[in-house]
Amino acid sequence: MQKSLKVAVLRFPGTNCEFDTQYAFEKLGHTTELVWHENEKLPTDIDLVVVPGGFSYGDYLRSGSIARFSPVMKAVTAYANDGGNVLGICNGFQILTEAGLLPGALKRNNNLHFISKHQNLCVINNDNTFLSKCTKGEVLNIPIAHADGNYYIDDEGFKKLEENKQILLRYSDSEGNPVVVNGSVTSIAGVCNENKNVFGLMPHPERALEAILGSEDGLRMLKGFEV
Amino acid sequence: MTATVNVFLKNGVLDPQGKASHHALDSLGFAGVSDVRIGKQIILQLDSEDKAKAETEVKEMCETLLANTVIEDYTIEIN
Repeated sequence: MQKSLKVAVLRFPGTNCEFDTQYAFEKLGHTTELVWHENEKLPTDIDLVVVPGGFSYGDYLRSGSIARFSPVMKAVTAYANDGGNVLGICNGFQILTEAGLLPGALKRNNNLHFISKHQNLCVINNDNTFLSKCTKGEVLNIPIAHADGNYYIDDEGFKKLEENKQILLRYSDSEGNPVVVNGSVTSIAGVCNENKNVFGLMPHPERALEAILGSEDGLRMLKGFEV
Repeated sequence: MTATVNVFLKNGVLDPQGKASHHALDSLGFAGVSDVRIGKQIILQLDSEDKAKAETEVKEMCETLLANTVIEDYTIEIN
């Protein structure tokens, strides 16, 4: 019998994907709770923290740079350091890199456009909780919607990512070959930390839940957290 | 006291805005520009009268918030 998860969904001023994220996990039979950024504590007995997408603090200074200092982020950092699962989607990914919970940084897209479209992604590594229900090399179709998704990491950091199998996803064509979407280093769309309990990706799995709306591949990604 | 902080992408980190502007300058016929880099300038009005102390404080502000040292370098000028 699959256990129902308790998922904390963070909310900052400017977050706008919190309800979609709740809908996604509730569709899978889990319970969710919105957590305001001023909270110093996370709810008890949670199985996952999601930092959802949006434009926290208007993306002022740099995307995610101000949200990372919210009181709730101290609790998230402690939770992550204790081994708890944390997932950052889009702006959530930016916040987690700014907070130092994930390596690298997200720069302005190389074509300077806000890119909003369905995008193929190739699963690079699946020996982690998040992508455990996906197959290595399989192609997923998930929407992207961002201006600052150009993932950067220096050569040394990149080597570590590869060695530890921390690269989760790459933007790809329908065959799984990497394609340039926003200028990311080797087309990286998502990474995890060394301990593989903190995950970040620019694409929006919570927007790919119904085949009739283009794709339900997001469900399989989010199911990864089920035990 | 005024602190002027300039934040730029590090050398070797591709600057998409600089590149686009460089391309636009080329298209407009401005020759002889070998590179364009775009950064931001942050001007802080400080209460402090002690220049050395102010410099230490502003450096900490840069490291903590004003710059992302994974991709950005910064300079501080205090007057």
